[in-house]
Amino acid sequence: MDPHPPLAQAGRALRVGIGGPVGSGKTALVAALCRAFADELRLGVVTNDIYTTEDADFLRRAGVLDPARIRAVETGCCPHTAIRDDIGANLDAVDELAEAVGPLDLVLVESGGDNLTATFSRGLVDRQIFVVDVAGGDKVPRKGGPGVTAADLLVINKTDLAPMVGADLAVMDRDARARRGDLPTLFLSIVGDPTATSVADWIRHELAHHAALHPLAVPVGPA
Amino acid sequence: MATPSLLLLLADGRFPAGAHAHSGGLEAAVAAGRVTDLTSLEAFLAGRLATAGLVGAAFAAAAHRAAVLAEFAARSGALTRLDAELDARTAAPALRAVSRRQGRALLRAGRSIWPDAPFADLPATPGGPHQPLVLGLLCAAAGLSRVETAMIAAYGTLTGAASAGVRLLGLDPYQVQALLVGLADACDGTAADAARAADDPPERLPAAAAPLADIHAEIHATWEVRLFAS
Amino acid sequence: MRALARLVARADGRGGTALVELHGETPLLLRQTPTDCGVATVHLVGGAAGPLAGDDLRLEIEVGPGAAVRVHSVAASIALPGRAGAVSRMAVRAVVHAGATLHWLPEQLVAAAGCAHLAESRIALAAGASLRWRDELICGRYGEVPGGAVVHTQVDYAGRPLLRQSLAVGPNAPGWAGPAVLGGAPATGSLLVVDPSRPAEPPTAEGSVARLPLAGGPGTLWTATAPDAHTLRAHLTV
Repeated sequence: MDPHPPLAQAGRALRVGIGGPVGSGKTALVAALCRAFADELRLGVVTNDIYTTEDADFLRRAGVLDPARIRAVETGCCPHTAIRDDIGANLDAVDELAEAVGPLDLVLVESGGDNLTATFSRGLVDRQIFVVDVAGGDKVPRKGGPGVTAADLLVINKTDLAPMVGADLAVMDRDARARRGDLPTLFLSIVGDPTATSVADWIRHELAHHAALHPLAVPVGPA
Repeated sequence: MATPSLLLLLADGRFPAGAHAHSGGLEAAVAAGRVTDLTSLEAFLAGRLATAGLVGAAFAAAAHRAAVLAEFAARSGALTRLDAELDARTAAPALRAVSRRQGRALLRAGRSIWPDAPFADLPATPGGPHQPLVLGLLCAAAGLSRVETAMIAAYGTLTGAASAGVRLLGLDPYQVQALLVGLADACDGTAADAARAADDPPERLPAAAAPLADIHAEIHATWEVRLFAS
Repeated sequence: MRALARLVARADGRGGTALVELHGETPLLLRQTPTDCGVATVHLVGGAAGPLAGDDLRLEIEVGPGAAVRVHSVAASIALPGRAGAVSRMAVRAVVHAGATLHWLPEQLVAAAGCAHLAESRIALAAGASLRWRDELICGRYGEVPGGAVVHTQVDYAGRPLLRQSLAVGPNAPGWAGPAVLGGAPATGSLLVVDPSRPAEPPTAEGSVARLPLAGGPGTLWTATAPDAHTLRAHLTV
């Protein structure tokens, strides 16, 4: 018998990656989702900071989630490597969360702020959300890149700032559709919606789908 | 059986075993102002190769030797003994934890890639098995020789820290590679010494110590903000 | 020169320690010195300069159950060159039984220019034995580049490996003075404290000294580098 604990496998939590450029609001979105799901799901969060524990510390301080449910992965200056090419440390963190707090329904894996080319490995996450913001310029969706074109959900964040930075949401919507085909895009302002309702609903939908595919997973919903 | 390509594959820094997140103590040495340029990086790498590099390579070679024993009890007993001997050579708790964390990462990769390898021979230790032990088993499973196993271990101690040097100090990558070329003979020699040493009983395996490696590792482990896991 | 010295201590049954064997040979001479409260104190007295390359010195220590021994030396030992190609060797073998205590607190070893020296200590501790073992190495006399020296320490506790370390300096130890090993410090050393009655303390590190709880038993290693012997001693006095 192999004496080592089994590695993560099917019949487990849905793992959702949240990536996007620096400052686009990934950590704020994670915090909003923690608020949305705290009483609804068994939730864990893994952060991949450039400076190790900064984002994890923010989430702990924000008090949106039990600190035991947050793990930080150190990425050696290369956050994209840790989520795409060499995912072991993130998989370890997911395993450690389950060891520490018991079975989970949903694990959010936040990437360190990187560039438009960073995407998650399918070996690490089941679904990925790419977050850009209007302040980055309304050309971002048109510029594309694997995050914008292939993410399961594109979130265009900080829509409340659009008038101030002269971003045209209609242009962004049109460009996103052109780049992404049938893949969904959501506009978000966490200022006006502190639980990121539309994104949380999308995750609920994906969770139902995941539970159907993995009947061993514990049913979704309040305990 | 073994092909030269498997040697290259396992020695490649892109092999997904978490190496990219470790600086081999360089981040703390840079922060302490002890490594600032190519010259001090070269001295760092030479010292690391002769200490942690030699010990890690010897234990990888010894684990390779244990992995080819016929009986499960003999393999498992030898690996358990090596685990305790390597603990005794790793005075700093932070370095023991790093070795086990890297061992776990390598084990995860190994199980995916060589599902039939006898990883169940490894002792079930909290925190995971020591990295050189996993490497020895992995190399044996890949059909590599003992000296090739030691070579991968020694080479890994050099390249991980060298690549961290490029990232932390913004050094010219060509010059850093040239520096590694200059250390190639020393790396081969260390691997050969390590492979020979694996014939000795475990208590006589190399135990080369580096006081600053221990001190740096414990200081680094307390930082709130750092780029590398070690 | 070759020399063998031997020290055997037994509990005397009245709360004290009796030295039932205590003999040495030049240059490895042992002298019992007045002492306090149940501990037998012995000084190593150098009967000649050195060790010189070619010297082979051996010291055997056995501390019986319940006995307590403290070993000091009267002066630093200076490893010096001797016959070409030869190595000087100082081998200490210590066995410490259950309930016994050994304190090994000699003065520094100085590796002089051109020396080739091996200091090799093997200590077997029974379960319940206590130990305080200090090694201090000074790399060269003032302003001097040292020859080759290796300080090897091997400690078992209850039959399990507790500590194995070989610190090598000099021309055959690549990178020894560099930032991975000593960072240019001329003085380095360690203090191993094994005390089964003492609760394990967490690791600490500051500057160039660290306190390291070991994995294989109730042992803690203090390790340090320093600009001089005096500072090193301060780091390794706890």
